Amino acid sequence: MPDWKKIRDDFPALHQQVNGHPLVYLDNAATTQRPRVVIDTLSRFYERDNANVHRGLHALSMRATDAYEGARARVAKFINAAAPEEIIFTRGTTESINLVASSWGSANLKPGDVILLTEMEHHSNLVPWQLIAQRTGAKLRYLPVLGANVEGGLDLAQLDALLTPEVKLFAFTHVSNTTGTINPAAELCAKARAKKIVTMIDGAQSIGHMPVDVRAIGCDFYAFSGHKMAAVTGIGAFYGRQALLDAMPPYQGGGGMISNVDFFESRWKPTPERFEAGTPNFADAIALGAACDYLDGIGRDEIARHDGDLARLAYEKLSVLPGIRLLGPKGERGGLVSFAFQEVHAHDIVTFADEDGIALRGGHHCNQPLMKKLGLTGTTRASFYVYNTAEEIDVLVTSLRRILKFFAGS
Amino acid sequence: MSDLSDLYQQVILDHNRRPRNRGKLPTANRVAHGDNPTCGDQCNVYLRVEGDRIAEISFDGSGCAISQASASLMTTQLKGKTAAEAGKLYEEFHHIVTTGEEPAEISDLGAFAGVHTFPARIKCATLGWHAALNALKGDPAPATTESHTD
Repeated sequence: MPDWKKIRDDFPALHQQVNGHPLVYLDNAATTQRPRVVIDTLSRFYERDNANVHRGLHALSMRATDAYEGARARVAKFINAAAPEEIIFTRGTTESINLVASSWGSANLKPGDVILLTEMEHHSNLVPWQLIAQRTGAKLRYLPVLGANVEGGLDLAQLDALLTPEVKLFAFTHVSNTTGTINPAAELCAKARAKKIVTMIDGAQSIGHMPVDVRAIGCDFYAFSGHKMAAVTGIGAFYGRQALLDAMPPYQGGGGMISNVDFFESRWKPTPERFEAGTPNFADAIALGAACDYLDGIGRDEIARHDGDLARLAYEKLSVLPGIRLLGPKGERGGLVSFAFQEVHAHDIVTFADEDGIALRGGHHCNQPLMKKLGLTGTTRASFYVYNTAEEIDVLVTSLRRILKFFAGS
Repeated sequence: MSDLSDLYQQVILDHNRRPRNRGKLPTANRVAHGDNPTCGDQCNVYLRVEGDRIAEISFDGSGCAISQASASLMTTQLKGKTAAEAGKLYEEFHHIVTTGEEPAEISDLGAFAGVHTFPARIKCATLGWHAALNALKGDPAPATTESHTD
């Protein structure tokens, strides 16, 4: 059993007062805090090893290259990819999905083809597909969600009927950033694979919170961000199955991704370099590798249990508040709860909670189509990570009671 | 709580709880939609303009207490005003929410002075006003807080 109290001490940003109260940081689905070891890895790299990677023949460049490629291997191991070459570093989930949509989509989609998405997708797993659909003449189709508050998750009974021969790709989120729903990723991929449909998973909300094994899941692409898993902003990656990556055209052109350049044409390097034009974000990639070590040091099964337990406890404690509407499943869920009140808008709640030192997020959570379907303009979201405690949920509930009283009273 | 009490003054809470002139206006001859893409707040403003004057005004939409109360209070202030007067009133209001200075003459608009210490909420307070001014101009494009410098 990890020493959660000691883990909390690893995160310098948590130990401060906000508006006269100890910070209660419950905005982890937006970005997590970073442990000291990640911050130190980043500064140590800049202080000792900083030089541009690849092509360099001097000591620092070789050190930086080793560290960068070491980080790639570390990330590959973190999600059980077959080889480091299946890991492409990007700025994050959004850039990863845009890259796949643009590169794979331009080579594989034609008019009449269908891209299947779900109604619970974040804008980052929705808008890139709209863009490539417009460019290629492909159409979008949606797997619906079940229940007035999405308590039933995706309507899996409809999936078989929706996976028609026109469907070329099925993209879905592993864990919803709005409802906390954990989708049965392996089951969804198996159904798609049986019909030779390519699968892409948005792993932004799962990567730092649970074990992720891309080969056990059986997906073709898996995208995620470093800053949502205790690493830093500006770095993320995606996994792509080697055979698919090999057949994909470059996303951007530039240095580092070519094997030969003439005035009128060039030849591309194999993956992963083909998809990493220009100087890559090697320093942050190395910090991402350190975050993988840190999370595995705690144990991702333990993290999943910890975050899920907190979310279920929060769900239970919040459910007694008058007029609350809680989204997502009652039982098994990712590390977040999302809720709305008829009488008080999410932004008013967030502003008031901040006064109590609590960091929440309110709004549509980049999930506007789902909000419209649910008849909501937004929700308030509390999201948990390794350093959050049951006591912090009590602080949240007390604060919400005060807020409700303020808006209902006088 | 002092900053928050300044932000959520009684006037604002009252308008949020019991919005004035809320709902569609069947006789409207000008309509404009405003939205704040950052937070998802929405506001429709309906006007019946007679000659140069706002004869009737109403709003509907959804959003935080600040945006809803501001739109509600605005409807009470704009009724009977000319477009020029409405523009001048908006300038006063904008000055109040960005500087925190109370208006020269006693006015409920002063209740929004506390907004200035919460810069992220200024757009909430001005959303309804942008929609109303667009409606007055007969501008069919939706007012969006992103196209305004405040």
